[in-house]
Amino acid sequence: MTGTYLGMPAFPEAAREAVRDEVLRANLRHATHTIRDKRARAVAELADWDRLRAAGKAVKDHTLRHLDRYLLQLEAAVTAAGGTVHWAADADEANRIVTELVLATGEREVVKVKSMATQEIGLNEALEAAGIAAYETDLAELIVQLGHDRPSHILVPAIHRNRAEIRDIFRAEMGSWGRPAPEPLGDDPRELAEAARLHLREKFLRAKVAVSGANFMVAETGTMVVLESEGNGRMCLTLPETLISVVGIEKTVPTFRDLEIFLQTLPRSSTAERMNPYTTMWTGTTAGDGPAAFHLVLLDNGRSDTLADETGRQALRCIRCSACLNVCPVYERAGGHAYGSVYPGPIGAVLSPQLRGTGSAIDASLPYASTLCGACYEVCPVAIDIPEVLVHLRERVVQGGPVTRDGVRVTLRPADGHTAERAAMRAARLLLDHPGALRAGERLLARARRLAPRRLPGAGRAWTDSRELPTVPAESFRDWWARERSTPR
Amino acid sequence: MRAALFVTCVNDALYPRTGIAVVRLLERLGVAVDFPAAQSCCGQPQYNTGYRYEAEPLVRRTARAFAGHEYVVTPSGSCAAMIREHYPRIGRKAAEEGRGGELAEAAASLAPRVYELTEFLVDVLGVTDVGAYFPHTVTYHPSCHGLRGLGLGDRPRRLLAAVKGLDLVDLPGAEECCGFGGTFAVKNPDVSTAMGADKIRAAAGTGAQVLCGADNSCLAHLDGLLRRADSPLRALHLAEILAATEEEPLP
Ligand code: SF4
Repeated sequence: MTGTYLGMPAFPEAAREAVRDEVLRANLRHATHTIRDKRARAVAELADWDRLRAAGKAVKDHTLRHLDRYLLQLEAAVTAAGGTVHWAADADEANRIVTELVLATGEREVVKVKSMATQEIGLNEALEAAGIAAYETDLAELIVQLGHDRPSHILVPAIHRNRAEIRDIFRAEMGSWGRPAPEPLGDDPRELAEAARLHLREKFLRAKVAVSGANFMVAETGTMVVLESEGNGRMCLTLPETLISVVGIEKTVPTFRDLEIFLQTLPRSSTAERMNPYTTMWTGTTAGDGPAAFHLVLLDNGRSDTLADETGRQALRCIRCSACLNVCPVYERAGGHAYGSVYPGPIGAVLSPQLRGTGSAIDASLPYASTLCGACYEVCPVAIDIPEVLVHLRERVVQGGPVTRDGVRVTLRPADGHTAERAAMRAARLLLDHPGALRAGERLLARARRLAPRRLPGAGRAWTDSRELPTVPAESFRDWWARERSTPR
Repeated sequence: MRAALFVTCVNDALYPRTGIAVVRLLERLGVAVDFPAAQSCCGQPQYNTGYRYEAEPLVRRTARAFAGHEYVVTPSGSCAAMIREHYPRIGRKAAEEGRGGELAEAAASLAPRVYELTEFLVDVLGVTDVGAYFPHTVTYHPSCHGLRGLGLGDRPRRLLAAVKGLDLVDLPGAEECCGFGGTFAVKNPDVSTAMGADKIRAAAGTGAQVLCGADNSCLAHLDGLLRRADSPLRALHLAEILAATEEEPLP
């Protein structure tokens, strides 16, 4: 995805630092537990939740199966409504298109609506390289941008920050981007929000170009839909003269009517709200109302390849609600940065290695960043079986196998570094497939039990560094059975 | 009634007491227990780590070992979930990849005959009071594969609540994973340990003497942490509590 994340250490090393950071863990624990409890209550209010979930899954699956057809329909509808559609195969192409569109307006700054797709392609960095300043207007994104930081959560990118940290960032950085933070500035949420409001207002009123993503695109009508909680997005979507939306091709739904499902499941799953505070929809352009020019950049960037994988394609159903992050016990301890991607948590662990491939150390480690506890699957409003995809991707990492890369079917080699593990798995399999040998092994173990060390070498050390080993019994179950039950009593 | 015991490799080698407890318990309830000696490991460690091909022979072995048995009982939620949820998929994949339909059939036939211990007791035998006696304060951790994979629901708690002398106390955050996760425990030791530490802290806070579970792999991780911390709390498999009686207390 973006250059920002290259050279990330593999997940276990990245997580180690986070686990030791007490402030981070406390911030994360507090935030995720609050939202997960609220979500559970909001979801429990709907008697037909299971049916909504099944319907959302079905609509997405259907759309993905016929995505080619729906995308063409979408293109025709957007064009007919006065918009212009651009197709981008990868991040570079998308960045080039957006940069050229902005330069063509003669402007050198854009306001941005919070968007995962533009983060995925590293648009802000690409714009900066072309001399264009991109201002994030979502409060949490603003905190991340001002703090020269990286987002760590899909919905709440600054979830790893507490109020005092945010106040310090505002104080130190707002001045260099525009209107400085008012003095004195406390860490009360209302004061912080007011500081951001004043700072951002200046930008909204000046901006001629806005860049957004979209939560949904309706093929039938060419309508774009953005859901947000602050209203900043609506300012960007209505005030500027030119609007450029960069959207992943999987965000398509066939009909306007289909929104009925997601406008119920998305807010409840993400912010635990019954209804979304600001839902903005726009269809092409309308004279005298809203932006005069609208450009839609349809982003592939690994999505068609993901679509070609029968087990993995379900990850494209994701509506980025972040419910899976908030219930994930691994995310809670490791933090979002450890995932080395704009998509952290359970969905990131299955999406990143599919969009980017399993070639890098971080991408090869992500499918293992889970205990397979299944909490993510349980809450997912489109029923993505994340544990199933994780196991499937683990197989790809250790055994290699067929994948589609840039539309071409290729066979991946197993990732490096699993040779010893593969040998151990094979040895274990051989032993376990021969109960006679297994029994002999168990007896050896029992005889040597007094020699059992407190700390193991090699991979076993990872266990004994923090945990005692089970004590080896004098007799295996198998031997007990043979002694007690096999012979007539 | 007859049932075959699938003791699982972990219990066979490291926790024979759990297997023995299941035999005692089932026999006390009038079930004749078979132990097919050809059984070994369900293949879960291999499969979950990404070694589906290494798991395949073990799937075949397990399916064969229990071919003639109407009821297969296992004191491990995660091994039961492996057989029930993943065996059919492994068989299907093998057939798709041209390794015959035999494995697919055997795996699909075994899946519905496998019962986790508490399912067998509550659903098949129809008992919740198994006549056990265990005069201790106990808190119960529902392992993820039993909880979400099998949907065991309140079966374990109902069985525990019916034990004479037993004082069952709630475990805060019970449904959160303990951090074991098979090879996760060694591949991501820091996160695994952090999760386990939170779990044993919650368990210790209940004032219980015993942390009970229905999966010895999770318990090995938690007990390992408890013992490293010199905690007076002990981890114990549910089967051992249910097998204990006034006449024959826990050995
Ligand atoms: S995977 Fe499911 S739960 Fe997670 S963000 Fe996507 S839609 Fe939400």
